[in-house]
Amino acid sequence: MLKLLLSRLATAIPSIVGVVVVTFMLTRLLPGDPAAYFAGLAASPQAIAEIRSKLGLDKSLPEQFVGYIADLAHGNLGNSLSTGQPVVSEIANRLPASAELTLSALLLAVAIAIPLGVLAAVKQGTWIDHLCRIVTTAGVSLPVFFTGLLFAYVFYYLLQWAPAPTGRLDVFLSPPADITGFYLIDSALTGNLETFWGALRQLALPAISMAIFSLAPLARMTRGSMLAVLGSDFIRTARASGLAPRTVVFTYAFRNAVLPVITTLGMVFSFLLGANVLVETVFAWPGIGLYAVNALITSDYAPVQGFVLTMAVLYVALNLLIDFLYGLVDPRVRLDT
Amino acid sequence: MNLLRHARYVLSENPVTGLAFGLFAMFLVAALFGPLLAPYNPLQSNAAMALKPPSAAHWFGTDQLGRDIFSRVLVATRLDLTIAFASVILAFLLGALSGVAAGYFGGWTDRVVGRLADTIMAFPLFVLAMGIVAALGNKVINIVIATAIINFPLYARVARAEANVRREAGFVEAARLSGNGEARVVLGHVLPNIMPIMMVQMSLTMGYAILNAAGLSFIGLGVRPPDAEWGIMVAEGANFIQSGEWWIALFPGAALMLAVFCFNLLGDGLRDIIDPLKRT
Repeated sequence: MLKLLLSRLATAIPSIVGVVVVTFMLTRLLPGDPAAYFAGLAASPQAIAEIRSKLGLDKSLPEQFVGYIADLAHGNLGNSLSTGQPVVSEIANRLPASAELTLSALLLAVAIAIPLGVLAAVKQGTWIDHLCRIVTTAGVSLPVFFTGLLFAYVFYYLLQWAPAPTGRLDVFLSPPADITGFYLIDSALTGNLETFWGALRQLALPAISMAIFSLAPLARMTRGSMLAVLGSDFIRTARASGLAPRTVVFTYAFRNAVLPVITTLGMVFSFLLGANVLVETVFAWPGIGLYAVNALITSDYAPVQGFVLTMAVLYVALNLLIDFLYGLVDPRVRLDT
Repeated sequence: MNLLRHARYVLSENPVTGLAFGLFAMFLVAALFGPLLAPYNPLQSNAAMALKPPSAAHWFGTDQLGRDIFSRVLVATRLDLTIAFASVILAFLLGALSGVAAGYFGGWTDRVVGRLADTIMAFPLFVLAMGIVAALGNKVINIVIATAIINFPLYARVARAEANVRREAGFVEAARLSGNGEARVVLGHVLPNIMPIMMVQMSLTMGYAILNAAGLSFIGLGVRPPDAEWGIMVAEGANFIQSGEWWIALFPGAALMLAVFCFNLLGDGLRDIIDPLKRT
């Protein structure tokens, strides 16, 4: 088990190195002269030169890269121009909001996509199979920001079922005590039902918009791999031996069909983390996506770079987790390592 | 002839593909002749007509500046499709050439291209595109570049796999034995043979490219107002959703959705025609 963990960790190292190099390149590609930019419009050439040496921009690229690595190692991503706060702490403060949204969307997508895919495969050619095809084709075609707006219009403006699409919690409710940073979990832990309900209502529309966007690849893959497994010899044998259909589908087929689905999770996370930015913009969700978008509007680059790096590191970590999960579910992978 | 008959067979088996071709023709007409067909000037504001719901005079209503949304949606087709086409072609050029070289030569070429593709794939793709546009500057051309970069690994991987299979094929050996140089073998013999599969890949990623470009302009990157573009029009309409003016965001969003839907169906249809084994 430890060996598996270590070997998987080793595969993530090149990805992390690549991510760090690319984000460094992105910071050095900034349009114009960053020193002149940081100094402001009325700065004298001398002031610009001073800032340039302060920022280390007068050094050679390799030296700058070493400086960048050292900053990263100290957890320093620079300061935001508009708020003056360190980017690291701002991102850390906002991360739970994004994580709560993204994980809720993922859980929802998995909870819908997997049963749908399994049913579509078991009852191939029936209405549920067609439903699955429609959902998967429509899901990938819907721009997530458009679905979000549509939901806000229908469920907030027309039906008034949902609260105003602004933020994590109604202004009249106070946020729960900070335990995990997830409003749903924190309010449940402290037994604050009113806040729990309020947070759930705010979370519903953005999470559903994201889930619809990301469930298509999951449902398609579940259906495809269930079909392949259900057609194989060992299923025929299990059926011929008189096992209950339920046992055949769930114990025999599903366990084998779930492997490609786990692999698809990597792509799903790539979708989700991207969609996260758009959905947070639509619903004024105070997460890191909205933070980056606001920074982009004011040409404040340090938060944007910090955001890209954070997202990439998270994504590498999630892929690592998926790899590890794959090894747990499939014993054959463990033997190979 | 054979291909045509096969194409007709696939179309009759799957009428949805026919629908996709129809939609595609519609978008093509809108992209080519949009400015001629538009009933109003897409940039002409008219304060007296601001925020009017759809009517006989303004089919899709008017926006906060009184501009005709139908004209704007129609005219935006060209910009949206141009961005998507340009980025897909750029991704194809980069991906196909490096992928074919990687698959054909193997060795360090393969390792460099593979590492490059892996590094790009280590990012959530939309987030990387955001970072690239933010770094290169807020211009339309940079949306094209960013979208091409995030699509590059898909092309490179497909091209690499297909070229690798053909590297020892008879026709490649024959071309080599006839004294063709390596570059000529790769570009003149291997590349044309993987073109059908690359074409399928292009139409499959086209929908994604449109979504990605519109998403970037939705958050304020690339296209600047007052230019008509679907993503930015949805963003403008977003401000009016809470007060109930749904038409500003709905029509450009629906156009965007229809375009992506059309290209996804088209990609599936083309794959069925070219690669019948992968039919679902």
